[in-house]
Amino acid sequence: MSSMPSVEPERAASAADVRGIGAERPTRSPRWLDLGWAVRRALPPVVIGLAGLVAWELVVRLNQIPYYILPGPLLVGKTLVRDWGTLYPSLLVTLAITGAALLVATVAGVLISILFTQSKLVELSLFPYAVILQVTPIVAIAPLIIIWVRNIPVALLICAWLVAFFPIVSNTTLGLNSADHNLLNLMQLYGASRRQIFWYLRLPSAMPYFLGGLRISGGLALIGAVVAEFVAGTGGAQSGLAYRILESGYTMQIPRMFAALLMITASGIFIFLALTALSHLALRKWHESAVTREG
Amino acid sequence: MNRAVVQLQNVDKVYANGVVALRHLDLEVAEGEFLSLLGPSGCGKSTVLRLVAGLGEVSAGRIEWAGGNGRAGLPQGEIGFVFQEPTLMPWATVFKNVLLPLKLRGVAPDEAASRVREAIAMVGLEGFERAYPRELSGGMKMRVSIARALVTHPRLLLLDEPFASLDEITRFKLDNDLLTLWASQRWTVVFVTHSVYESVYLSTRIAVMTARPGRTAGDVAIEAPAPRDETFRTSPLYNDYCRLVSARLAEATRA
Repeated sequence: MSSMPSVEPERAASAADVRGIGAERPTRSPRWLDLGWAVRRALPPVVIGLAGLVAWELVVRLNQIPYYILPGPLLVGKTLVRDWGTLYPSLLVTLAITGAALLVATVAGVLISILFTQSKLVELSLFPYAVILQVTPIVAIAPLIIIWVRNIPVALLICAWLVAFFPIVSNTTLGLNSADHNLLNLMQLYGASRRQIFWYLRLPSAMPYFLGGLRISGGLALIGAVVAEFVAGTGGAQSGLAYRILESGYTMQIPRMFAALLMITASGIFIFLALTALSHLALRKWHESAVTREG
Repeated sequence: MNRAVVQLQNVDKVYANGVVALRHLDLEVAEGEFLSLLGPSGCGKSTVLRLVAGLGEVSAGRIEWAGGNGRAGLPQGEIGFVFQEPTLMPWATVFKNVLLPLKLRGVAPDEAASRVREAIAMVGLEGFERAYPRELSGGMKMRVSIARALVTHPRLLLLDEPFASLDEITRFKLDNDLLTLWASQRWTVVFVTHSVYESVYLSTRIAVMTARPGRTAGDVAIEAPAPRDETFRTSPLYNDYCRLVSARLAEATRA
């Protein structure tokens, strides 16, 4: 094909445009690599946290509160180190159930969303039941599930999954239906098949929504796993952190109870940060939520 | 007149909500011409363009495409469409956005890549293949959109007020670039606009439309020499045509 007959105006035009965006284009050094920025950002919450711990320790010591009512943070820390051999395997059990539930929730949630977007009728017929599953308190149905499903880890997995899957379903469904109308027209114009429209348009459009749902589901999967463990109350080798809390309550080992609680909270924070990082990595090139702007 | 690329006969378009967009519209697009559809906003210009592209069915009347081979006689792959907004996939680079029509059609990757580079060069965006839409200015996004329409080597290029949201300086540049491309490639162009000045500057013929329900009220052939450039914008001939077309538009809107 012939090239441009007169190249000059074209060059001039693009050169002017280029100057326009030169200023907009961010220099690509991620902000979290900037140590000064990270310190400024982390310092206030760390100071508040330390102050809280000091106050807690002082209250416990000055009022001579017995350790079985409220242990001080130093004692909790010591217990965490001393009982690590018991607590760490329990942590792994809880995390395994959480991880598996999140995985199944992701796969099933995305598949259910895709099913929903295939036909309005399917969505209208099934969505209310997804809502019913979501609004029924997991504590109320966990005993039933544990009776029905003999295999305790599987029963726990089902409970955690029930809590975790809804945000993924509802967000991904919304995302799949949010594809740009003009882009849909464009795909039709070029004779795209339903499958091509799905892969090239609907799925990428749904990505930010899905990742938002995943972030919520990560925390919920952990909560679901812990609640189900409380209800199941199993002993023996396969006991998660919730069982350690129950057990500590029965035997008045309150510092260990706090240590287990601390581990659950830390796990939740870790899951949230990991999923946030994943979301950032997936969207950083194009989505407004992940783009670093200057000035 | 050259043979018709597409013909609309006595076309009506009524939307599901009862709005009558077009009534008894006749339009013929001749091969190689640069036709502007000019009319007040909401007169159904965009509707005409969408019907010509096969996006939507006529309520009455008929459309015939020359050399149609696809669904409903539509010449598949011979039509390029540029929307009012750039309509780019934000998650894809410039290269991948322009590649889309070829990918949908299953063109072999090697051939597709060279055609994409060619189209990007035609709109003057070499070096931006790997940029994402959010990194580009409004004018550059529009260029990407035009490159995507050109990559299939369409015979018929449909543009729906493509430069309406751009500033005047950028719009003038893109007008000139579009004219240069049209002169070298000899496609048939249908250009929707509500600007008298833009339509006179670009077109070989202007079809003036009435207010809704839209129909064509008359034709003005712009017999000015090609290639046109900025000197044409300030020439007496240009002014005369602008006055003539404005008068026609005023008549059509009043009637």
